[in-house]
Amino acid sequence: MTDKNWPLYEVFLRPRNGLSHKHVGSLHAVDDEMALQNARDVYTRRGEALSIWVVASKAIIASEPSQREAMLEPSDPERKPYRHPTFYDIPDEVGHM
Amino acid sequence: MQPNERPAIESTTDHFQYVLALADDALVLGHRLSEWSSRAPTLEEDIALSNIGLDLVGQARSLYAYAGHIEGIGRDEDALAFGRDAHQYLNMQLVERLNGDFAATMARQLFYATFAELFWTAMKRSKDVELSGIAAKAEKECAYHVRHSAEWVIRLGDGTDESHARMQREIDEAWMFTGELFAMDQVDRAMCNVGIGVDRSALKSDWDKAIDAVLTEATLVRPRDGWMISGGRRGTHTEHLGPMLAVMQSLPRTYPGAKW
Repeated sequence: MTDKNWPLYEVFLRPRNGLSHKHVGSLHAVDDEMALQNARDVYTRRGEALSIWVVASKAIIASEPSQREAMLEPSDPERKPYRHPTFYDIPDEVGHM
Repeated sequence: MQPNERPAIESTTDHFQYVLALADDALVLGHRLSEWSSRAPTLEEDIALSNIGLDLVGQARSLYAYAGHIEGIGRDEDALAFGRDAHQYLNMQLVERLNGDFAATMARQLFYATFAELFWTAMKRSKDVELSGIAAKAEKECAYHVRHSAEWVIRLGDGTDESHARMQREIDEAWMFTGELFAMDQVDRAMCNVGIGVDRSALKSDWDKAIDAVLTEATLVRPRDGWMISGGRRGTHTEHLGPMLAVMQSLPRTYPGAKW
């Protein structure tokens, strides 16, 4: 075999109609078409999926862990509790929501 | 024994021999693919080949169970799979060929799967409801096997100089074993005449078209139809089937009735 690894792909499955695709893992494949086949073979052996998405891992733009403070911490519920709908009084007749 | 007659090794009914031969094709190829387990070039391909092997072993189980039922003397699927020697196996010689390199496995797989998809599609119209039921399941499985092997043949053929040369070599090597896919012997004809079997010879033009399309896209040259190997259906095999069966059968023969 070659010493170079095949490109990496991320695999998403939709388990049932109406649900969204969920990330289930990754795999290596020579190209897009083979990635789809490999995803079928590796991740859907027990009838897990109605639909498969694969996407080249390098196409994913991800947030940087080192940027978390600036990117994500400001929305922490401790700091901006008013963004959560917890300040409403729910009338008794509504019951559980 | 006439050269074209099958040996009277089993029940003489054509129906039994017909189903048994189909089971042998599926089991032998399924077992060959299982030999790739833990040895394939990548994890993904390891699982893919095991899946395909398992599909074929599953088809074989249904066919053996049905063959045993037709024979009616109490032999179950295990007795038929593990209790017969190479000369009693009726599979086509194509499927017993060694795995070789990955190109050899893919050439063998493309030739068989392309045939099998056409065969099981035609078998869905069989008057034998058991066979048409098995066919409905096998057809879908084989359609994927075609796709898998065709994609590889295309990528290896239209790949590097090395992969192209190896793929062409294995297409050439396996070609003389493809005649048996379409050969009709007296059992095939008898089963065809009563509406149970499939006319294999009628599948050749569709097979040719499908194979030509893959070879063209793969930039490979289709070999010329020359002399073709035959004899698998009469129990004549290459030297490779015996050792494969010896490994496959060693446990049930050493410990008859063993369970786990």
